[in-house]
Amino acid sequence: MPFTSNRTPAVPTPASAATPAAPATASPALTIRNLTVSFGTNKVLKGVSLDIAARAVTAIIGPSGCGKSTFLRALNRLHELVPEARMEGDIRLFGEDIYGAAVEPVVVRRRVGMVFQKSNPFPTMSIADNVTVGLRLNGLRNRTLLAERTEQSLRMAALWDEVKDRLNAPAISLSGGQQQRLCIARALAVKPEVLLMDEPASALDPLATAKIEDLILELKRDFTIVIVTHNMQQAARISDLTAFFYLGELIEYNTTTKIFTNPAKKQTEDYVTGRFG
Amino acid sequence: MTAPNHRRRRFKNALMQVFTCVCAVLVTLPLFLVFFYLLKSGIGAVNGHFFTQLPAPPGETGGGMANAIVGTFELLGLAALVGVPVGVLGGVFLSEYGHSRLNWWVRFAADVLNGVPSIIWGMVVYGLIVRHGLGLNLFGAQVGLIDRGYSAWAGGLVLGLMMIPLIMRTSEEVLRLVPNGYREAALALGIAQWRTVVQIVVRTALKGIITGILLALARVAGETAPLIFTAFGNQFWNRSLADPIAALPLQIYYYAIGPYEDWHRQAWAGALVLLLLITVINVSVRVLTRDRFSQRHS
Repeated sequence: MPFTSNRTPAVPTPASAATPAAPATASPALTIRNLTVSFGTNKVLKGVSLDIAARAVTAIIGPSGCGKSTFLRALNRLHELVPEARMEGDIRLFGEDIYGAAVEPVVVRRRVGMVFQKSNPFPTMSIADNVTVGLRLNGLRNRTLLAERTEQSLRMAALWDEVKDRLNAPAISLSGGQQQRLCIARALAVKPEVLLMDEPASALDPLATAKIEDLILELKRDFTIVIVTHNMQQAARISDLTAFFYLGELIEYNTTTKIFTNPAKKQTEDYVTGRFG
Repeated sequence: MTAPNHRRRRFKNALMQVFTCVCAVLVTLPLFLVFFYLLKSGIGAVNGHFFTQLPAPPGETGGGMANAIVGTFELLGLAALVGVPVGVLGGVFLSEYGHSRLNWWVRFAADVLNGVPSIIWGMVVYGLIVRHGLGLNLFGAQVGLIDRGYSAWAGGLVLGLMMIPLIMRTSEEVLRLVPNGYREAALALGIAQWRTVVQIVVRTALKGIITGILLALARVAGETAPLIFTAFGNQFWNRSLADPIAALPLQIYYYAIGPYEDWHRQAWAGALVLLLLITVINVSVRVLTRDRFSQRHS
């Protein structure tokens, strides 16, 4: 098992501490430096540094428990919902420190949206109300504007044609795949700059998954997308860049082509070829 | 392929099944007994006068319990005024905010309070409020909230206090049932936490919260002991909430221990009406929860 010998280097791997060996992007959407997140005494992320390219799809891969989801949640401060969570390091969104003393999490989350593994449209609301909830509960009242944004967001989420005749039907009357696209429309309606996706298609059938993947490729023209996935083929199909995490560390970060065809590290190769994980 | 004692085991199994079934049916038996006995004894005195007239003076026949029926609704309204906001907001705190140690103590206190006999509630409110009144000393000026003496205020207060722990616990339970995914989804949209709690979490659990409120109302609607010390009862219409007020259970109690045959008949009728009122509340709870179930599975 060559992997085990690699896992405990005497000196910390330079990849996690120094500037990432990632392809340089002109102006990254997110710059993450020495990100360490712990829950109580359990260190989940250990000094991760990487740049997320703007208007591109970055895939985060790695075995369960490697800190992928925690990484994603640190990017919009959602991990703070766990009271014992502690974060160190520096995350900048287009140059702005999102953990700055004067920065409210609420504002960060409006700029960095999120779609979850399990689709979660609000059961008390109609399809249209679900799309505009982020706007309405932040004080937007103008009906024409809300209606415009509903159509716009549903079109971006490739759901408009399927639901345009029943916008007032309950959101939970939709199928699983439609519900997930509704959640994407809901996240897009507040016009975020970055969209985080935590295994958005893992609970869907292949057809619905294909629709979500097409949608992601469509959305990267306007949005920066970071997607956590367990599905290697999915990462290979839709992402421009791939980061491989293992045991809370960033092992390798490069273009998706490079990661899947000619990885620099043995661990990465073992993982993407399915030899472990 | 049968074990040697197969027949014996089958027989024992059948016997135990019949036995448990009989016990299950026995549970419903008291309900039918109560209903039929009250119907038989009370239906004769349930008439138009019963719902529209004041109690007749002692010794005369006729009259009704109109004031007691209205009084019960007034007391329940006052009780809801006290019990619903405190109970629901307390439940929201336990479920959505709060630190585990404080929550443990609040839950423990609520559970103990749920077990406090109702007569003790009555005595405490009598001792603290009916005897002395409730007032505030604001910068030397005395502001009276509840005057001393028996009153509708005191009766509503005692029922409301009894409702608080009931509503708090049921609200907490149904709020906890709201999947965390909804909270996360709302917060990830940049919605403030208080708005998330009010518009997403409470709204999702609203039917459950209303169910809890109705069950608490049904529970205190029949309370008699605490009202003897506080609302006291009244043979006439209640003109001010600062005066004693009639209530169905009180009127039933006074009539049932009274010396007249006609009073006894009216007490039975009152008991029947009270039971129907509580049944109506319970049936509405059933309808509400059934609706929620079908919605979740549609």
